[in-house]
Amino acid sequence: MAGRTLYDKLWDAHLVKQRDDGTALIYIDRHLLHEVTSPQAFEGLRLAGRQPWRVDANIATPDHNVPTQKRAEGIAGIMDPISRIQVQTLDDNCEAFGILEFPILDARQGIVHVVGPEQGATLPGMTVVCGDSHTSTHGALAALAHGIGTSEVEHVLATQCLIQRKAKNMRIMTRGRLPEGVTAKDLALAIIGRIGTAGGTGYTLEFAGEAVQALSLEGRMTLCNMSIEAGARAGMVAFDDTTADYVRGRPYAPRGEMFERAEAQWRGLVSDADAIFDAEVVIDASALEPQVSWGTSPEMVAGISGRVPELSAATRPGQREGWEAALRYMGLEPGMAIKDIGVDRIFIGSCTNSRIEDLRAAAAVVRGRRVASSVLQAMVVPGSGPVKRQAEEEGLHEIFLAAGFEWRDPGCSMCLAMNADRLGPGEHCASTSNRNFEGRQGHGGRTHLVSPAMAAAAAVAGHFTDVREMVGSGPGGAA
Amino acid sequence: MKAFERFVGRVAPLNRANVDTDQIIPKQFLKSIRRTGFGDNLFDGWRYLDEGDPSKTPNERRINPDFVLNSPRYQGASILLAQDNFGCGSSREHAVWALEEYGFRVVLAPSFADIFFSNCFKNGVLPIVLDKDIVEEMFRFAESEKGLELTVDLAAQRLTLPSGEQVAFEVDGFRKHCLLEGLDDIGVTLKDAGAISDFEIHHRARSPWLFDTMR
Repeated sequence: MAGRTLYDKLWDAHLVKQRDDGTALIYIDRHLLHEVTSPQAFEGLRLAGRQPWRVDANIATPDHNVPTQKRAEGIAGIMDPISRIQVQTLDDNCEAFGILEFPILDARQGIVHVVGPEQGATLPGMTVVCGDSHTSTHGALAALAHGIGTSEVEHVLATQCLIQRKAKNMRIMTRGRLPEGVTAKDLALAIIGRIGTAGGTGYTLEFAGEAVQALSLEGRMTLCNMSIEAGARAGMVAFDDTTADYVRGRPYAPRGEMFERAEAQWRGLVSDADAIFDAEVVIDASALEPQVSWGTSPEMVAGISGRVPELSAATRPGQREGWEAALRYMGLEPGMAIKDIGVDRIFIGSCTNSRIEDLRAAAAVVRGRRVASSVLQAMVVPGSGPVKRQAEEEGLHEIFLAAGFEWRDPGCSMCLAMNADRLGPGEHCASTSNRNFEGRQGHGGRTHLVSPAMAAAAAVAGHFTDVREMVGSGPGGAA
Repeated sequence: MKAFERFVGRVAPLNRANVDTDQIIPKQFLKSIRRTGFGDNLFDGWRYLDEGDPSKTPNERRINPDFVLNSPRYQGASILLAQDNFGCGSSREHAVWALEEYGFRVVLAPSFADIFFSNCFKNGVLPIVLDKDIVEEMFRFAESEKGLELTVDLAAQRLTLPSGEQVAFEVDGFRKHCLLEGLDDIGVTLKDAGAISDFEIHHRARSPWLFDTMR
């Protein structure tokens, strides 16, 4: 019998019941909740007179709607009355059902996908779900993690299970290491550029190879986070020493003897050498350069030395029409150099890139430099309270503030502009977030997805530029 | 959930690949704590010329006459014909709520994004995957002057064109059963409550650190 993939092992370990029709009942270990996709699920429970199956499997925090400044007033400080009701409703529901929540004024509040791993609430070997497609982030811990809709949020609350059909296995195999200045974000964008936004549909991705093994746990989270942008609900990385070191000592992680027992089990969270994948994509990581998206889909991406494509380069059916529509929306010309695209706003944050190493990378570029005068706004939004405090202990906030960046409070912020942070019509944004869809960051706004270091470089230059040419020369330097 | 019955409906063609759920229902409408009230804002950014806001009624908005759903010939359409990777991006179920409330009961496409596809079935909306060639042919019919009406028969897994031509489609047996009976997934799963409890005992013994921590 052929060996099993990591995904196969996680699936088998959570299989409650296989049904004759091909569907299966899968047990869920951890359920994360936020304010946007949960109120209708709690309402559904109430209407049906149901209680949560296992209260201690759940954890909640508000993130999508929360303001990122003037937070001292808590919920009362949310100016938009509809947003205020939604955040209040999460508090009320968690209180009524006894669910652990880190509310807006809690020191641990933050973006749900930053908070989970940081607190040790998401652990290796778990099944993790949340009513948010970027739940794939937690796969970095060798967990099976994916987004669900609100009906499934209610289903998990009521039954601790999901009805699933097993996905196929795809391995993204990296060769070589990422060059200096090229990050997990660049790798993620390059993969999506290669396989397309539907390339992973129906698959669970496993990221493997030298470049992935060399990534920090934070970098692996960035990579897994964007699995959904390649169409895959879940992405994951095998367990190793990096995973163990990250998890050890987290507030809700097992301790002492229990940790050792858990770790012994977690060591098996790797694909067997003879496991068979339904599909494999090989990427030469050593050949990659920093990436910048130029269109309205994450697959519309180019290297920093590259150009917006000529329409004649389209190969897939409908691709030319898609590119035309995207360039019209983005206000760009075919064939123009990526470095000639100017930026109006800078957003460093989101569940993709708001962890401490992201902020360090951006600060290393910004140190001793100024945001270009042509840039209207540059903001840093840490992913959680602990990330913010850590950055302040390291003095990163002073570097950002001195350069002309705004230093905000944790939340999803301008990644999806549900709160007050947004782009104006026609504005170009160098953004460390995950989606460049039309209007995503504000009506008529134009998003370019980049790494934190590349966003910082664009802030200083006023247009996209190769961060590798800035680091080590002049101010900033290799910190 | 209402039981899904055989019906005859008009097809509205949306000829664009990779339609993401941010386009189906933009984020400013996700602040609601209800399941209803999204139909007027379906495809808001394409359907209207002005920026949408939850406080505005449709009467106050500037209609985009070039958007396909605003064309008089597609009014009352209950079948949406779409292109590859429909519903990609965000997991927001609000996208399906908006489609359903607008009046769509079926979405036809060569492929769908996984989470959107799953969300449809929870709300009585039937997503049907069809061969690319058939989709292209249907686009030609739907965009022609006469338009296209289809009979959708889920029990028989069959679409019937006005010419009498029939197109068979695949659907997952469990999901078909739930749609036809109007069954609530949770009720079905709770029939296995015993199996879930048994699994949990075994799971706890094997991995005790997964339990009783989040309090």
